[in-house]
Amino acid sequence: MAAPMLRWGCRGRRWAFARVDGGSCHRRGAPTGSTSNQIRGESSVAQQPLHTAQKTRKGEHKWAAVVGLEIHAQISSNSKLFSGSQVRFSAPPNSLVSFFDASLPGTLPVLNRRCVEAAVMTGLALNCHINKKSLFDRKHYFYADLPAGYQITQQRLPIAVNGSLIYGVCAGKKQSQVIPKTVRIKQIQLEQDSGKSLHDNLRSQTLIDLNRAVGLLEVVLEPDMSCGEEAATAVRELQLILQALGTSQANMAEGQLRVDANISVHHPGEPLGVRTEVKNLNSIRFLAKAIDYEIQRQINELENGGEILNETRSFHHKLGCTMSMRDKEGKQDYRFMPEPNLPPLVLYDATSLPAGADPQQVINIDQIRETLPELPSVTREKLVQQYGMLLEHSFTLLNEVGLLEFFQNVIKETRAEPKKVTSWVLNTFLGYLKQQNLAVSESPVTPSALAELLDLLDSRTISSSAAKQVFEELWKREGKTPGQIVSEKQLELMQDQGALEQLCHSVMEAHPQVVMDVKNRNPRAINKLIGLVRKATQSRADPVMIKEILEKKLSL
Amino acid sequence: MLGRSLREVSAALKQGQITPTELCQKCLSLIKKTKFLNAYITVSEEVALKQAEESEKRYKNGQSLGDLDGIPIAVKDNFSTSGIETTCASNMLKGYIPPYNATVVQKLLDQGALLMGKTNLDEFAMGSGSTDGVFGPVKNPWSYSKQYREKRKQNPHSENEDSDWLITGGSSGGSAAAVSAFTCYAALGSDTGGSTRNPAAHCGLVGFKPSYGLVSRHGLIPLVNSMDVPGILTRCVNDAAIVLGALAGPDPRDSTTVHEPISKPFMLPSLADVSKLCIGIPKEYLVPELSSEVQSLWSKAADLFESEGAKVIEVSLPHTSYSIVCYHVLCTSEVASNMARFDGLQYGHRCDIDVSTEAMYAATRREGFNDVVRGRILSGNFFLLKENYENYFVKAQKVRRLIANDFVNAFNSGVDVLLTPTTLSEAVPYLEFIKEDNRTRSAQDDIFTQAVNMAGLPAVSIPVALSNQGLPIGLQFIGRAFCDQQLLTVAKWFEKQVQFPVIQLQELMDDCSAVLENEKLASVSLKQ
Repeated sequence: MAAPMLRWGCRGRRWAFARVDGGSCHRRGAPTGSTSNQIRGESSVAQQPLHTAQKTRKGEHKWAAVVGLEIHAQISSNSKLFSGSQVRFSAPPNSLVSFFDASLPGTLPVLNRRCVEAAVMTGLALNCHINKKSLFDRKHYFYADLPAGYQITQQRLPIAVNGSLIYGVCAGKKQSQVIPKTVRIKQIQLEQDSGKSLHDNLRSQTLIDLNRAVGLLEVVLEPDMSCGEEAATAVRELQLILQALGTSQANMAEGQLRVDANISVHHPGEPLGVRTEVKNLNSIRFLAKAIDYEIQRQINELENGGEILNETRSFHHKLGCTMSMRDKEGKQDYRFMPEPNLPPLVLYDATSLPAGADPQQVINIDQIRETLPELPSVTREKLVQQYGMLLEHSFTLLNEVGLLEFFQNVIKETRAEPKKVTSWVLNTFLGYLKQQNLAVSESPVTPSALAELLDLLDSRTISSSAAKQVFEELWKREGKTPGQIVSEKQLELMQDQGALEQLCHSVMEAHPQVVMDVKNRNPRAINKLIGLVRKATQSRADPVMIKEILEKKLSL
Repeated sequence: MLGRSLREVSAALKQGQITPTELCQKCLSLIKKTKFLNAYITVSEEVALKQAEESEKRYKNGQSLGDLDGIPIAVKDNFSTSGIETTCASNMLKGYIPPYNATVVQKLLDQGALLMGKTNLDEFAMGSGSTDGVFGPVKNPWSYSKQYREKRKQNPHSENEDSDWLITGGSSGGSAAAVSAFTCYAALGSDTGGSTRNPAAHCGLVGFKPSYGLVSRHGLIPLVNSMDVPGILTRCVNDAAIVLGALAGPDPRDSTTVHEPISKPFMLPSLADVSKLCIGIPKEYLVPELSSEVQSLWSKAADLFESEGAKVIEVSLPHTSYSIVCYHVLCTSEVASNMARFDGLQYGHRCDIDVSTEAMYAATRREGFNDVVRGRILSGNFFLLKENYENYFVKAQKVRRLIANDFVNAFNSGVDVLLTPTTLSEAVPYLEFIKEDNRTRSAQDDIFTQAVNMAGLPAVSIPVALSNQGLPIGLQFIGRAFCDQQLLTVAKWFEKQVQFPVIQLQELMDDCSAVLENEKLASVSLKQ
């Protein structure tokens, strides 16, 4: 259990796609926790894979879970949403703060064009309706990392609405079937990120870093999901789309993608239950765990006659459970108000573009549509068509950061069949990475080296077992090419027919009993002879060739 | 020299009759002598002298930057000034030294103007008397004028002179007093509901509020973002036009400034003929509270236009009576929002309490803001509550649109400018003024001025005549949006007709009589 958890926790390492078995309803699992020992009991629930925890038992009441997501993606841009100061991850604290970012009195927001374009692009990629006119609002609350006392967002009229996101979940006995699922997108809004608070409990101080006031895209996913894995897969797909578009680096570990989940349970056919909001989900794995935990907690609570409070909960990844954040202020009233310093954001398309408009002053939706890059779903389809690979293989290639590029580079340089390449990349290569917990970018084997190795295999210069040996050598990072390794270790297949015949002859002479067995029609004996010859060649001979020679010599 | 207009002194500088340094020193000395007016919060003597020195070099090299080069100006203390304390007359910002200049300040400095100091105001510009700032009230220079004193002597019930001084009006009272007392040639005020025009009327000055979007607000510490504009206080219309010429234009730092080309510089033609003009008189502005003197001057002004051939018609602005309530809701809501940043964390005042961030916020804000500011924050937050938003804020916004439409309809009916009173009456003594609270006073005093801010229109108060008590009375002209030049052209013609008298301060500033040499008491044509 420890190893895969570690993997999931690490950034950029996500191989699996969602696994669900057929239905997505949650049924009563055996309640494991007692209320008196909530944390321990409940965390043991969370560690159970969900689909095993909810096998149908006849006559039991079904529960259905409803999951919606609010996702904040930091826009990848050189400068902030409302000021000209730079954006750079891990810059020294407060080194990239303009007078506006610090909310000095008298400063005014100026909208960053790049952020608007990123929002339009993301909206288009997610099949949204782009609002030609959108508005900005102030959302008020007092917090140390919110120096203005309000956040500028788009509450009333966001830039994009009514979209959808299609993601694939794996199903079937071997999880080999990919089923497309759709989650509706309510809206995408532009907003300003707050600063970052660093709490120093020892000195009871809070340190504030205002570097972070960058542009955010808030993507609101409708409650169309029903379990942690679905939500996780949807987020992973969104992450891939944002990365393909270049609108966000969407790295969860760096806080570029942050997810809040709204979760409730109810009996199908009955009104929705009271929902809780779970925050602090900083990896896709924890997202799935937190949601599944929270679903099970709510079911247990209700089955034990309790009630669900409309509250904000936080996920503790060490304990594996969600806990009430117990906001003592009670319900916040954000006192929304139109942002008076930003005029309505007006976008144009080819038909509404005013004649003679300065291209620097207007944003043309149609023009952005034309520049949309290829989206992950299209890339997968192409992989399936072009290389005849299974759809789930295409998912794996895309899900692992850098793996697709690696695969394509190998394909470019090798004569080997795409199917062979797919198998080597997804089994051998990925297997080694997994085992050592490495990212593709950290791999000791380059695409060229693997391509050369596959060429050697393809030309039958080496056997596949020798190829595995060469791969293992390559992994040691000794800077040798596959060719060098093959010749140093003398791994080439023996091509010299005469020498091989000689060897066969000697082996037969040395093992008369085995030869007798062959002649006595013992079917396994020939294999033993082949094995003995291979051993004598240090596995360098092609077994097919050995068999041919032996059969000839034995006049079979 | 100090009594001259900006244009006149500019000509004198160009001709070498006086150097920028001499001019600067004269103003500084007068600032010291009039310190009791409390017009300035900060006098930036060193900065001004250094700027004067540089200006002098330019004049010597024949590289003058224009009409404003070497001209002493003052700036209301709610404009951010780099390296110079900017307080908003609040405990909250005492000691706050901004690292940047407001766009309007920078533009004036770029034109070579000399910054004499930062002027007094009501705390965060919330008030109509310049009496509610942490540095104390501003005294109206007219309190010490020969004109007023003589009238007071005639009055047997005249009380103690020292406690009898008059308010300047507000909230830009410091700027008005500074210009009125000849300590500078022009001053920046801000105008959210009348804060430039009101003190201009009480101090016998031209007070101009430009169209919303014509002049950048970047660096103006906001009261109500959707209504604030930098205002200009000068002694004549031409001077206001010169300053406007330096300030107007789009600013990439203020997204609400407009990009439409405007005619620059604002050279005002001398209107010889008003027969093609149509002057509108809004009937709703004739309110019972209007003093008979102001009313009479208003109607005489209308007669003047008519007698010179202009068309003068009565117009209706039917939603006027809802305006002040609507203004109150919108103003306090934005105030609640804008004041949220003053939390003691980064700049300004911070209390000693450190048990928790929340406790620190609460105590800082309690100590930092006066009752007026706190009261507005409280009501604004009430209006913005989820349960109240529709009933108050949204309704007020709808009424605001109706008020703006009233003006559009009036102008569409063929009116070029509207003529109204600026204030209900002339300035009142401080002791009289403080009998009512700030809120009541603001509601009364902004009655003729705040609707213009809600509609974003340009408006100017022009001093017309002295009241029976010897105090200035102003009238207001309101123009179409972005027709600021047309508005000022009409105002200039009117100014020429009325020949408002110059303030006589010799008695008070005995040793400053030289300052006011060659000033003549002009005829008061409207008073007969």
